[in-house]
Amino acid sequence: MSARLLAGPPLGAGPESYRSHAGRLGPLPDPANLIASLERSGLRGRGGAGYPVGAKWRTVAERAGGPAVVIANGSEGEPLSHKDRLLLSTRPHLALDGALLAAHVLRADRVLVVVAENLGSAPAVMATALAERPMPERARVRLIVGPARYVSGESSAIVNLVESGTATPSNRPPRPHQRGVGQAPTLVQNVETLAHVGLIARLGDGWFRSAGRSGAAGTLLTTLHAAGSGPAVRELEAGTPAGEALESVGGSLAQTRAVLLGGYFGTWIGAAEAWELPLDAAGLRDRGHSLGCGVVAALPIGSCGVCESAHVMRYLAGESSAQCGPCFYGLAALAGACERIAANQAEDGELERLRRWAREVRGRGACHHPDGASEFLLSALGLFQAEFASHRPHGRGGLG
Amino acid sequence: MSEQLELAIDRIRCDGSGLCAELLPERIRLDDWGYPIIEPGAIPESLLSHTRRAVAACPLLALRLRGVGED
Repeated sequence: MSARLLAGPPLGAGPESYRSHAGRLGPLPDPANLIASLERSGLRGRGGAGYPVGAKWRTVAERAGGPAVVIANGSEGEPLSHKDRLLLSTRPHLALDGALLAAHVLRADRVLVVVAENLGSAPAVMATALAERPMPERARVRLIVGPARYVSGESSAIVNLVESGTATPSNRPPRPHQRGVGQAPTLVQNVETLAHVGLIARLGDGWFRSAGRSGAAGTLLTTLHAAGSGPAVRELEAGTPAGEALESVGGSLAQTRAVLLGGYFGTWIGAAEAWELPLDAAGLRDRGHSLGCGVVAALPIGSCGVCESAHVMRYLAGESSAQCGPCFYGLAALAGACERIAANQAEDGELERLRRWAREVRGRGACHHPDGASEFLLSALGLFQAEFASHRPHGRGGLG
Repeated sequence: MSEQLELAIDRIRCDGSGLCAELLPERIRLDDWGYPIIEPGAIPESLLSHTRRAVAACPLLALRLRGVGED
């Protein structure tokens, strides 16, 4: 399959200019019937939640009242994900196209592009790309460089960042698409998702669906961590088996013990099972897993599931926005228990308590941070059961 | 039949005073850090007055009654 989002000049050549982009794909198309086309395309959000894009746009479009706000979300808080920074730093205009089309279709008077400060050249590239856009497009868009925190990409946190400069989540309801920036209905959409919109608007939903395997639609950007190598971003057909994806960057089943699918909010899956799983939001959800933002990370043979999981839990505990007790205290306690088990210093009943806590924190935060951490830990407790029950101390050194 | 009611909590407001669990142990217990764990589902008629008392007692107004399934 040829690349779609990443088609065009070689990626190593740096950001594509507006001139090259418009020469290759033409100017912004007329977005008539775009929502119906998005609904037919089967495109789902690529930020992690996997919500159908057409349905989300329709909800905002059918509101009563004044102008909406569009936020292009380039926060990429997931530490194992690198796809949004690659997309923004090489194809900055595709995501801008999608955001401008959304503004047109949803009658939004403002477009905000949020890019996290730690995404390499992406913030500077987006500033340059914006300055290249013709008027009046340029005047509608504002670039905001956001903090490099895990929860700051959550949609209510993005709204709060725009409004107050602090990227902490708030209670729902109202959800941002009901009442977001300045009380206006606000579409928060991941930048890769918007880039797909930029192509679907030009080439149609039939074209989008012409890629995809095992009933899945389109392509997706993935960040692949094969055992023993650094992260590689690849555009794959949706539905590509996870094992085939890892093999394309040098991974092999023989070297892989387990796969973390979906990133730190994802789940550990035994290597043999993971190898066959299709990388597709709907297909994975049906099997009880999550594609998340497209991270596929191999844990090498010989690596320790307890130590890796303790490391991730400590990270997630530190990324709580400290607003809700069960998340702030609960995740810290979960991380501490994992670390004691890893250090062979478990207290009486530690493992049973860890299991109980992991279930108790679920659904008890304003945002889904504790839920994601719980999901991750429960998958670790299942797959690495024997190691959690009896663990000798040693160092970690597995996931990139 | 009157509307079915359930408990909802503002997790950001709640600071774990624990009064709710003391007043309504039938539906609310505390986790190991003192924050309420609420039994999901509709409150039975027989518990409604106790539930209203627990809601009213929350010093941070973090607890409320709402129709089942409402946001």
